[in-house]
Amino acid sequence: MAELTAREARPAVGNEEPWRPAGRRRPGTLRARASWTGRGRLVAGLVGLVVLVLGAVLIPWLGGLDQGAVDYTAVRQPPSLAHPFGTDAVGRDLFLRSFAGLGVSLTVAASCAVISTVIGTLYGALSGLLGGWPDRILMRAVDGVNAVPHLLLGIVIVALYHGSVLAVIASIGLTHWTTVARVVRSEVLSLRSRPFVDAAISGGASRRRVLGRHLLPAVVPPAVLSSVLILPHAVWHETALSFLGLGLPPHLASLGNILAEGRQAVLLGSWWIVVFPSALLAATTLAVAGIAAWWRDRTRPRRRSELAL
Amino acid sequence: MTTALEAPSRRRDREIGILVAWRLGVAVPVVAVVATGVFLLAAWSPFDPIYQYFGVGVFSAGDAAVENARQQLGLNDSVWTQLGRWAGGLLSGDLGQSLSFRQPVGTVIAQRLPWTLLLVTVGLAVSVVLSLVAGVVAAWRQGGWVDRAVTAVGHTLEGLPPFVLALGAIAVFAVAWPVLPVAGLTDAGAAPTVDQVARHVVLPAVVLGISQMPWLVLHVRSSLLGALDEDHVTGARARGLPERTVVLRHALPTALLPFVTVLGNRLPEVVTGAVLVETVFSWPGIAAAVVTAALSVDFPLLAALTLLTTAAVLLGALLADVAVLVLDPRVTADG
Repeated sequence: MAELTAREARPAVGNEEPWRPAGRRRPGTLRARASWTGRGRLVAGLVGLVVLVLGAVLIPWLGGLDQGAVDYTAVRQPPSLAHPFGTDAVGRDLFLRSFAGLGVSLTVAASCAVISTVIGTLYGALSGLLGGWPDRILMRAVDGVNAVPHLLLGIVIVALYHGSVLAVIASIGLTHWTTVARVVRSEVLSLRSRPFVDAAISGGASRRRVLGRHLLPAVVPPAVLSSVLILPHAVWHETALSFLGLGLPPHLASLGNILAEGRQAVLLGSWWIVVFPSALLAATTLAVAGIAAWWRDRTRPRRRSELAL
Repeated sequence: MTTALEAPSRRRDREIGILVAWRLGVAVPVVAVVATGVFLLAAWSPFDPIYQYFGVGVFSAGDAAVENARQQLGLNDSVWTQLGRWAGGLLSGDLGQSLSFRQPVGTVIAQRLPWTLLLVTVGLAVSVVLSLVAGVVAAWRQGGWVDRAVTAVGHTLEGLPPFVLALGAIAVFAVAWPVLPVAGLTDAGAAPTVDQVARHVVLPAVVLGISQMPWLVLHVRSSLLGALDEDHVTGARARGLPERTVVLRHALPTALLPFVTVLGNRLPEVVTGAVLVETVFSWPGIAAAVVTAALSVDFPLLAALTLLTTAAVLLGALLADVAVLVLDPRVTADG
């Protein structure tokens, strides 16, 4: 190691982290990466998410053109100035359709996230508060739900309750609350032994008051965060269901419906029908993943070597 | 304590036996709960099995005939009686009749399960090999261009559902570069010989493998980075061992232990991936049958496949835990 950066060469003083051998790390790369894992990822994720949501809201609105407008003179056209994302098999503009589809997907996903958060928070708080054997039984039930692959359970629910929007939302909302429940339960377990809860109890507060007034407000931040993290899962799930023909009805074109229609078009060489909607899908997931990574690093600091992703 | 006097390997075997027994004991109620849940979901759903029984004929059949059929099928009994009858059938090996395939459910599963196992095994092998190689190279040269490429591709793939990858593969291999078949188990009308199946399994398996790769590769990478910081690795370096020995013989084995658990616990996602990949590639496995069954509300098949998958997931997690116990003497077995 010829050149050590100032950071690595500095000896350990006081409370600072102990000096570690630099291993095969290239000098300099660590610091650049570290700042990227910090604030940079959060900003990039937030900006990306805001841009995508604004696009999903504004583009179909400003586009003026009906995103379902069929034009048989412009069937399966490659991307051009008039149609930035090209057109699909019946000549509908993919730019408008993709962003409208993203809007539909995000709306469904957000509803699912809200449902999962509410169910998960109440369930987790109840389980953590009761403790003992009720807690153990409730958590075994969570294991049971988790043992069935979520997509499979979703397929079962959608198949039995027929492909309405509500069935899709229910099928995702009823399968994804388990993560929230786990997070909230462990949070409640740790909060229960804090002095302010003891103070409330010794002040004569009832169990319900302790839960509603002291515990639930404190678990809101982690619950909200885990609901944000559900968002990409929910988008993913909805898209997969729609792609299989079990999701949203065709007139509510989500990204999954558009991709399902692209299945035939791809065989004719129309790559843009698949590429652009899936790029929007990946961008949404990555934006949320950026926020998630920032949060994870903040709440669970690990060895820096592991953080430098 | 008598156990302290036993040979360590004997004690180990006993620990593993207790773990397996305990987990199997827990698995039985879990499967029972899932079965009850799925049945109640169906019983309380707006779907009426009588339409399935009659098909379109329900509109021309008289009320008396419909009522008669209801009575015969036992649909007028209480939900719990029906549940008991269905569960009794499951336990005695009678899985019911699949309406979408017009065969007993057992036959459908027996015919299709081997193809799914083949696809998943090859897919997982592809995934494990690729992620081990890429993850080790990335961690070895942390911050280098390989590392950056691997992490960037890994994070991007995390955001792409398997069916997008499958569509991409079809776009390439059906149109631009037609060297591999993109659909089915064999060429149209051909017998399923080893050669035919081997050619057809390549694309679905590789797509399934790559779709599962990001989690594995990022895990191998971060776990190896952690292991490289450990004291015994520093010790190995200090003794002047060559870099290759340090990374592959000293750091990698400790880094791979959690990998086994991660692999076992990813089984639900593998199943999900298989559903999508089999559908896109028209692969005749049980995962594609899930979609067929769902589209025609074929409850007996759907329920049997759900229970089968649940059992497989629980078994996967158990196998992973046993593997860790066998591989790592430091881990103690607890529930």
